[in-house]
Amino acid sequence: MLSRGLDTMQMQVNGEQRTVQAGLTVAGLLKELDIRPDRVAVELNLTILDRNEFDRRSLQEGDRIEIISFIGGGQEA
Amino acid sequence: MADDRLTIAGREFRSRLWVGTGKYKDFVETKKAIEASGADVVTVAVRRVNITDRSKENLLDYIDPKKYTILPNTAGCYTVEDAVRYARLARAAGVSDLVKLEVIGDEKTLFPDTAGLIEAARILIKEGFIVLPYTNDDPIVAKKLVDIGCPAVMPMAAPIGSGLGIRNPYNLKIILETVKVPIIVDAGVGTASDAALAMEYGADAVLMNTAIAGAKDPIMMAEAMKYAIDAGRLAYRAGRIPRKLYATASSPIEGML
Repeated sequence: MLSRGLDTMQMQVNGEQRTVQAGLTVAGLLKELDIRPDRVAVELNLTILDRNEFDRRSLQEGDRIEIISFIGGGQEA
Repeated sequence: MADDRLTIAGREFRSRLWVGTGKYKDFVETKKAIEASGADVVTVAVRRVNITDRSKENLLDYIDPKKYTILPNTAGCYTVEDAVRYARLARAAGVSDLVKLEVIGDEKTLFPDTAGLIEAARILIKEGFIVLPYTNDDPIVAKKLVDIGCPAVMPMAAPIGSGLGIRNPYNLKIILETVKVPIIVDAGVGTASDAALAMEYGADAVLMNTAIAGAKDPIMMAEAMKYAIDAGRLAYRAGRIPRKLYATASSPIEGML
């Protein structure tokens, strides 16, 4: 993780504070986290992103991002 | 039973046993149990990706979405807002509009909040979701869910994970008689006879998780459930004999000495 500076920004990813490179895209964040984009959904500030937006969408200081996927579950997992 | 397929919202399903993927020891056991069950619909939950420990494997590496119908649920949601949010995320993460809708009313019983369920179902159906609602065994709620556009209804046999079997067979029978969409008995099955009984009553399918995953030998129980579902379905189609108080001899009297 980067230290805080001029070319970095802070955001919340899955409930955790994170410092990333300024101008990072959603796709860039997923790559940094080693997450395959085809198996997840991304919610940015409570709005769900289309998968084809991942490349274009730049993140901003203070964004709240949720990255979810499927896990084992039956009823009331 | 290739000639006896289950159809919901234009989708055809081979097996009438649907299974959950929770509570297994690991993904290998999950995969083996699902294979043994013969199920083609598997439910999954929607959760945050673990971003601190990326070594964790992905369920979908073991359960091929091309081979199985992945049915995401909204388990753990106690409000309409949460259930709708989780359903939307599931659709964005997956490949289909299918959702098993759960709006849970209470932590101890995990009974559905049926008022919230109907409200959430209405919102999601308007957005094009195929909503399969987990509901209680109330025939009126089941009918309301169909009226607003649910293509199947999933009434519980007993509380989730309780293993009590069908606690209210008469309600279930009323639902089966009055609701004209597929009925999938969901939750509360304990062992093979519970599943067979649900099918003998005329249920179109049974969804279970704990009964298999929690068994001493989950893979063997998965196989047992497969036979139970098939046996119950065949018995239902074959038509059972009426119950009578007195005996009726099976051997003819004629020709006796």
